Amino acid sequence: MPASKHQSVTKIGEAVDRIDGPLKVQGKATYAGEFEFDQPTLVGVYVGASRSGGTLTHVDTADAESQPGVKAVLTYHNAPDQRPFSEPGDEGRFGQSRAVLNDTTIRYAGFPVALVVAETLEQARYAASLITHDVATDGPDFLDDVKEAQTTPESLDGGFEPDVSCGDIDHALNSSMRLDMTYRTPSQISAAMEPHTTIAYYDGDILHVHTSVQILASAVTCLANTLNMPEEKIHVQSPFVGGGFGSKLGLHNDAILACLGAIHLQQPVKVALHRRQVFHSAPHRGFSIQKIALSADNSGHINGISHHSAMPMAQDYAFAEATGAVARITYKADAIESVHRVKVVDSPMIDSCRAPGDSIGSLAFESAIDELALASETDPVTFRLNNIAPAHPITGKPFSTHHLEACLKQGAEEFGWDKRSKSEDNNTVKKGYGVALAMRMNMIVPSEAKIVLENDGKITVFTDMTDIGTGTYTILSQIVSDFFDMPASNITINLGDSRSPASCGSGGSFGASSSATSVRNACEKLSAQLCQMMGLAQGTHTVALHDNQVIAGEGNTQQSRSLADLLKETEGQQLEAKGEVEPGESHDDYEQYSCGAHFAEVTVDTVTGEVRIKRQHGVFSAGQILNKKTATSQLQGGMVWGASYALFEDLQRDRRHGGFVNCDLAEYHFAVNRDIGDISVSFIEEPDYKACKLGSKGIGELGITGAGAAIANAVCDATGARVRDFPITPDKVIAALG
Amino acid sequence: MAALTINGQEYALPDDPRTTLLDFLHQHVKLFGAKKGCDHGQCGACTVLVEGERMNACLLLAFQLEGKAITTIEGIATDDGLHPLQQAFVKCDAFQCGYCTSGQICSGVALMSELEQNTPSTVWFESDYSDNEDIKERMSGNLCRCGAYSNIIDAVNIARDNKGVS
Ligand code: FES
Ligand code: FES
Repeated sequence: MPASKHQSVTKIGEAVDRIDGPLKVQGKATYAGEFEFDQPTLVGVYVGASRSGGTLTHVDTADAESQPGVKAVLTYHNAPDQRPFSEPGDEGRFGQSRAVLNDTTIRYAGFPVALVVAETLEQARYAASLITHDVATDGPDFLDDVKEAQTTPESLDGGFEPDVSCGDIDHALNSSMRLDMTYRTPSQISAAMEPHTTIAYYDGDILHVHTSVQILASAVTCLANTLNMPEEKIHVQSPFVGGGFGSKLGLHNDAILACLGAIHLQQPVKVALHRRQVFHSAPHRGFSIQKIALSADNSGHINGISHHSAMPMAQDYAFAEATGAVARITYKADAIESVHRVKVVDSPMIDSCRAPGDSIGSLAFESAIDELALASETDPVTFRLNNIAPAHPITGKPFSTHHLEACLKQGAEEFGWDKRSKSEDNNTVKKGYGVALAMRMNMIVPSEAKIVLENDGKITVFTDMTDIGTGTYTILSQIVSDFFDMPASNITINLGDSRSPASCGSGGSFGASSSATSVRNACEKLSAQLCQMMGLAQGTHTVALHDNQVIAGEGNTQQSRSLADLLKETEGQQLEAKGEVEPGESHDDYEQYSCGAHFAEVTVDTVTGEVRIKRQHGVFSAGQILNKKTATSQLQGGMVWGASYALFEDLQRDRRHGGFVNCDLAEYHFAVNRDIGDISVSFIEEPDYKACKLGSKGIGELGITGAGAAIANAVCDATGARVRDFPITPDKVIAALG
Repeated sequence: MAALTINGQEYALPDDPRTTLLDFLHQHVKLFGAKKGCDHGQCGACTVLVEGERMNACLLLAFQLEGKAITTIEGIATDDGLHPLQQAFVKCDAFQCGYCTSGQICSGVALMSELEQNTPSTVWFESDYSDNEDIKERMSGNLCRCGAYSNIIDAVNIARDNKGVS
């Protein structure tokens, strides 16, 4: 558990180095698969179903069982009993049973049919290769045409209504210049660098689970529901997570299989998804078909916005995302219509991937807006400035804060939008520039934390929150250090342990604000307790912790007491305080969004169709920034994702078996270092105290939102080629050039 | 005894010839710094130095390495403290989740000596290229899904300056 090396106070907002940095650069941070129990860890390797949606008719494990080192081979015949998949129905999806090897149902291609547990990986892997099985299926069902998506999802991720509208859309679209466009976005996989991994050990009473997960509390519930165990008997730890991006919000097959193996054998069992298995066993982002119609009048004002989204929904897994959210919120118009339809298909699980809804929606919608700007013969920055919505365009509700215009203006200035230069006519490599806007909903999710003050002046923070690369360790340390004016080196942050108070977990860009506010509230309570113990009126005095002294108040009323003295009487000579947070009224009364403007410069080779990114610049407004260094990194990371999604990533369906074809990191290409140009980020910083008492808002998903569209718009600016079928690969550029 | 050396210490080769260097490190030596991101030589998370050269530990069988000296991320810092590149990674925030970081740093350390020794990269065959382009090319075998790429380049540049490499 890292404690900071900073001998001094670290303020909120300061660009402090990560406190877990020294561990990470030495390879000493302990990820899920690296924990050692006293007993040796056995290794589990599973066999995935060869095809999707059907029934397992045969599985032969005899050869595997007779291999050296093999301890057990589990199938639905002999695996420990589990509650059926997705029960109980009223539980959130991350807390429901994720049963595997429980019956003959094959949920999707790659779904586990057998688990081999052996002494070594080499033994388990070979034995697994000897297992044969058959699946009876009618053949996979796909979504191909927008018309096939007829089902209205019950709700959309983020709590959005599937269908909303205002005004007379037909009139608005037809009364002025109208564009009709169909955009397609590809399936995408989070592909966190750490494949999902779990080590489990059942000691006869407690099930100990080391896993890689973004939210611990629901992981405990999930295991309890799957394995029919009481939650108190399950201990989950996840102190370091090698990237999540939504794919580790819930537990996946590695976790359930490792637990089944551990219960069956009463020995520690490790199951790491192989990279190829991640593509099927972990969730992916579905592809989308977006039919967009826009209209604008002669003076470049938007009249009508119509956005129809069609996406696949995985069988037995009701997840649908708000592709149209950006179309509802960004620009004002006389009429807006946003409709979401899905088709239930045979597919590996479809769930959140960085910025569900908005990353898909913004890619298409901000490209479409660019088409409208060009058709209106208006500069794309000016066009956007003319149309930004000052309040929610449909409900009329005010924004808590809204700095989209400032982001756009400052971004244009910093990027040099007015000074952009074009390539010479005879050059076959063309320069182009693009812009796009970003709006991402801000949330507070209930979160709890506990802080413990020792009599030597050291504070430890306990919360089951995770740091998935987001900087949680560092930010929480800053909150405490700033509040008590105490050196960060006296603060230890204990994360990723299910025995700590339940936090919001990491996801949906709510992690930092929610968990940091809970810690801040705990600090305030601790401070009130200290005041009381010193005989001071509660809350009227600032409290500082300098070494082992408590200093309360300022000026001549200042008092100082030794902690050893003050805590003499308390149990364990320590003091404890709990803090929590819940979304307040301001979340009902105001629309809360983080926002930003993206700018991109690319070159396009008109002979080969290759797009190269020269630079990306983003200006963001997300309230008070808690740590400029980690925030900048996270936003840059999001921008890399946006670029990668626009140009490279494409998870290809296997039409024969219902899985995917390109299941490795050579065939599924995401951006490498040289694919990315110069990246810069700046902030419009103004605390938004309606968002939370720290004034901060979410940033984890803001960077990707709009980033891809800025690149797509730059490609079009360079060449006139408007590719509406993402990713913009060279073949599509050439085809669009005609 | 057929052995290989890891961070200055000798280890007997594993009995099972199927054992890769990466799985040997994890299962036998209990060094977990080198990460498994793909097991296919496609991500660079497992990068280690074999006789000073960077290699993907998942693509090497342990028994091929008899007598060889291997340095993993755990062997990059010295008693005097972190390697300049490790320090630069912290300073420049050249990682987020940290899972690719061991591989990035081992690659970066090797890159610094490649440059000192004038070992060409593919960009050297292009008509004009910048130093940054060269470093980006050399670091492109190490994927980072957190997208820390530009900070990684900054860190490499700072570490090179600190070492007095032109
Ligand atoms: S694990 Fe070796 S290159 Fe990916
Ligand atoms: S820091 Fe997370 S993959 Fe590079």
